Amino acid sequence: MGNALYLPTCLCDPPQFHNLQELRHSASLANKVFIQRDYSEGTTCRFQTKFPSELESRIEKTLFEDTVKTLNNYYAEAEKIGGQSYLEGCLACTTAYLIFLCMETRYEKVLKKIAKYIQEQNEKIYAPRGLLITDPIERGMRVIEISIYEDRSSSGSSSGSSSVSSSTAR
Amino acid sequence: MDSCEYEQIEPRARPTPAPTPPTRDGREERRRPRRRWEVFPGKNRFCCGGRVIMARQSGVFPLTLGLILLTCGLFFIFDCPFLVQHLTSCIPAIGGVLFLFVLLTLLRTSFSDPGILPRATPDEAAEVEKQIDGSGNASYRPPPRTLEVAINQQPVKLKYCFTCRMFRPPRTSHCSLCDNCVERFDHHCPWVGNCVGKRNYRFFYAFIVSLSFLTAFIFGCVATHLALSRGPGGPRPGVRPAGEPWQISLRLKCRNQNVWSILGLSGFHTYLVASNVTTNEDIKGSWSGKSGEGVANPYSHRSAVLNCCATLCGPMPPSLIDRRGFLPQDESVQAGDGDTQPPAAAPVSQINVVGGASRPTLALQEPPNPSSADAS
Repeated sequence: MGNALYLPTCLCDPPQFHNLQELRHSASLANKVFIQRDYSEGTTCRFQTKFPSELESRIEKTLFEDTVKTLNNYYAEAEKIGGQSYLEGCLACTTAYLIFLCMETRYEKVLKKIAKYIQEQNEKIYAPRGLLITDPIERGMRVIEISIYEDRSSSGSSSGSSSVSSSTAR
Repeated sequence: MDSCEYEQIEPRARPTPAPTPPTRDGREERRRPRRRWEVFPGKNRFCCGGRVIMARQSGVFPLTLGLILLTCGLFFIFDCPFLVQHLTSCIPAIGGVLFLFVLLTLLRTSFSDPGILPRATPDEAAEVEKQIDGSGNASYRPPPRTLEVAINQQPVKLKYCFTCRMFRPPRTSHCSLCDNCVERFDHHCPWVGNCVGKRNYRFFYAFIVSLSFLTAFIFGCVATHLALSRGPGGPRPGVRPAGEPWQISLRLKCRNQNVWSILGLSGFHTYLVASNVTTNEDIKGSWSGKSGEGVANPYSHRSAVLNCCATLCGPMPPSLIDRRGFLPQDESVQAGDGDTQPPAAAPVSQINVVGGASRPTLALQEPPNPSSADAS
């Protein structure tokens, strides 16, 4: 099904694809990395693009930075103060803000786009490398939480369980 | 080499065998899926299944409501008929519109999430603790921890919140009455029975401004009523005042005090909006150099109009606490009043859940429900 995630767990064997449920059994949560907020431009939602050292052996720096920069762009789009937000604000004020009960705000629409993007990134890039991004909205928009998984069955923990090469076949 | 045998499992399937059918001896009660508002750690009161959120201490909110209803009631009953007869029928119409606007914005301010920040998950808190040097003794509280950041080249100190176990984002403050960190914390208003913060400041501002208009309008109408019923040289022929003049005078005097205090409050908040300062920052003197830390407000857009637009007409931020989401089944059974957030791996039912695939663990999930996305 479209919602199943596949993660190869054995390096030696031909890559075996499992879904996310099997990830729980065959891979264990090793560590979590938290990407903090970047407040250099004010209170608008931005995350730091500094590459954490724990991910150095797991994922390329450019991929990580692309993900964070795209997320930052999405949040900037959601929080942009311009014609559309003024229109929304004025319209809401004239209706005594009742319209917020019926209408989906622009921010909520962008949040849905962000959720879709994160899921896509997880499926295509992060899960094959044994990583998982949690949507920042679930952490109060304070951090991007990246969970690092290790294969339980593999004896060595150095290269981990993720096989990058054969992970993209669907 | 071992060949690994795996079977396809639906993402939504539970890893453990299905439980026995619920019996009628209280286990059914425990298995009822609980919503997150039922285990919310702050001191808040929830109504309508978590759609309405207020402070636990409602303060004088019933008094506020009562005063507005009483004043407007007296106006509509005693003054309107007279003024409609002698002036224009627009008066009750204008009064009615203003009254409705005041009531709706008051309810919106009181019943919405002011911008509460959910408490840090245990993993997040542990990560923050690791970065801070502290003594190992649990009972000794180290000196307040701060983190300095540069916001628009202005150094700002972020304080560590011991209750929520995180460094508070800029402009966030912990309300001791509600026991929550609130973003862009303005103040806790006993008159509306809720905190005023990032998400409901515009409602609060609309409330006090419209209330100023309403009280000024009623004051004007009552004064007109008095003037018309007295008139030069005694009551005019054919004019029958509704109520004795002394009653009207008394109401006028009471109104007088209300009008000035509400007008004053509106004026103060207009100044705050135009300079993009919160009441909290104004009281502490954060940007006036009193505390000696910095003298420029790094959040100001340097233009009063732009500040007003940003504060009042900016995009409506979402609620960060998922009140109507369901707790995972195992947590529903054992949760009392949860002190901390559910573990990081627990799924959350929110408007932005597109699929269950991005969760490290899977448990009972509610299908995405648009009605659970009330951002109020």
